[in-house]
Amino acid sequence: MAEGKPATSAGEIGAWAMFMYRYSKALRSPTPYLMLAGFALFFGAWFLLSEVFRFWRFASLPGPRQVLIEWFNPNPVYGMSLYTPDYYMHIWMSLRRVLIAFAIATGLGVPFGLFLGWSKVYREFTFPVFETLRPIPVLAWVPLAIVMFRGDETPVIFLTTLASFYATALNTMLGVQSIDPSFPRAAACLGASKWQIFRHIIVPGALPFIFTGLQISVGVAWFSLVAAEMVSGEYGLGYLINSSYVNVQYPVILIGMISVGIVGYASSALVRLAGDYMMQWRVRELALGEGR
Amino acid sequence: MNARAQAATKGAIRIQNVDKVYYAREGAVQAVSDCSLDIRAGEICMIVGPSGCGKTTLLNAIAGFHDITGGAIHLDGELLCGPGKPQAEPGPDRVVVFQNGALFPWKTNLENVAFGPVVQGKLGKAEARDKALGLMADAGLSGTEHNYPGEVSSGTRRRVEIVRALMNDPKVLLLDEPFRALDSLTKSVMHEALLEIYYKNKVTIFFITHDLEEAIFLGHRVAIMTTRPCKPKKILEVDIPHPRNYGVLTSPRFRSLMEETVNAVHEEAVKAFEAGEKEM
Repeated sequence: MAEGKPATSAGEIGAWAMFMYRYSKALRSPTPYLMLAGFALFFGAWFLLSEVFRFWRFASLPGPRQVLIEWFNPNPVYGMSLYTPDYYMHIWMSLRRVLIAFAIATGLGVPFGLFLGWSKVYREFTFPVFETLRPIPVLAWVPLAIVMFRGDETPVIFLTTLASFYATALNTMLGVQSIDPSFPRAAACLGASKWQIFRHIIVPGALPFIFTGLQISVGVAWFSLVAAEMVSGEYGLGYLINSSYVNVQYPVILIGMISVGIVGYASSALVRLAGDYMMQWRVRELALGEGR
Repeated sequence: MNARAQAATKGAIRIQNVDKVYYAREGAVQAVSDCSLDIRAGEICMIVGPSGCGKTTLLNAIAGFHDITGGAIHLDGELLCGPGKPQAEPGPDRVVVFQNGALFPWKTNLENVAFGPVVQGKLGKAEARDKALGLMADAGLSGTEHNYPGEVSSGTRRRVEIVRALMNDPKVLLLDEPFRALDSLTKSVMHEALLEIYYKNKVTIFFITHDLEEAIFLGHRVAIMTTRPCKPKKILEVDIPHPRNYGVLTSPRFRSLMEETVNAVHEEAVKAFEAGEKEM
């Protein structure tokens, strides 16, 4: 019963206030400093191994100093840095593909998973096929994707969608199965029809799992995107990484890799935020738990 | 003065020779056998029996969560389930309050309470909201309307759930050990709250418990059930007049009723325990 927001009463906390509360709390806790320390340790070790001691095979790994200098160079040696429009073109093309693939995977995967969890007949009908296709790695689909889809874009988007779809559908199904059977029973007692139970109980009840699935799915999308771009396509971060290898521009490989990491992290953070926004009840329960 | 004297004329449940056999791993299990029980309109009927004796099976059959394999159940003369119709349809005339609570955690308390009439299309959202606010205020729940169930105490959640059931003007409330998970102090508060709600809304209450004190304190009658298969072993009239309050607990009449019940129940508990050991 999503009724228009009633006049804010004393007991009611707005979504935005709740959001601010959580993030100011996160900033005050020791975690940001631990996070910085973790990064410092990681980059420090990389720097020492590759540039200072040139230890063993790490000698052939471009060091962080070298990568940073190239990355922030207005006149990059290998033609790729924060100052070259090409760099943003690669990011934008990858981002666009992930967005399209993620949208398709979510649009198909959530309803598919909901029906898998909701209807036994439907599950017995489709789940075995689904489970047989799921373990086939994205890379194994590459030849077929290129044969089946014309052009550069569609095969890459198809491959990216595939793995995301599995993650979303499977988690959504588990979400439906995780719902306490008392909830649909209670709703039936209160006079809800089958469809109303689906809309008011099954969908919101599965939402926590759906968002877990979406977070995995967006990560998997980046994972398979880069693999797909290495094989096909002529722009994108995966393509950049692969072509830099072919052209012996090793620091650019690392620029590409770090960029995937940053954009990927940002996209799953966005999904998490969207989840928090849609599940205020959960955010508030958790916030209450912290206070206790 | 006597609650039952001025009680509503609706909500009489007639349970006639009900059988329920279900099939589990160890074969056919007779959960309920030849069980007959008349629940009068507007009374609080307490169903007492050892754990796993089949009380909940009976409740589920009345609620329409599963079928019966023999006999019939009527509500106010209308067939709920019986010959030719093994399973009743769940509906807002018989609302269940569940053992572990079933408030929808993604809806606020107010949305939970207003849910029934809105999905049935009986009331518009605004009307349902007003009625819900009124009932919640009556039950002492003002101030928790816009909280989610996860934000309030377990006692409050129970009260919200009972109010959610009453929103539908049910003929019967089916309560399945609703206060089991509460600590004993909260429980005693809930008992008085339930009676208060009951005095305001005359409704038949079918209340499963294995807490004898609870049974005698709340009930007009206490039906003591045999262990599996489940049927009434003894039906006790609790002749302590309503309205009751916690003072009743120390009265001599309460004590003697308690004694009578303890003996009957203990016998069944021992049987259930021995049967349980055999099953393992």
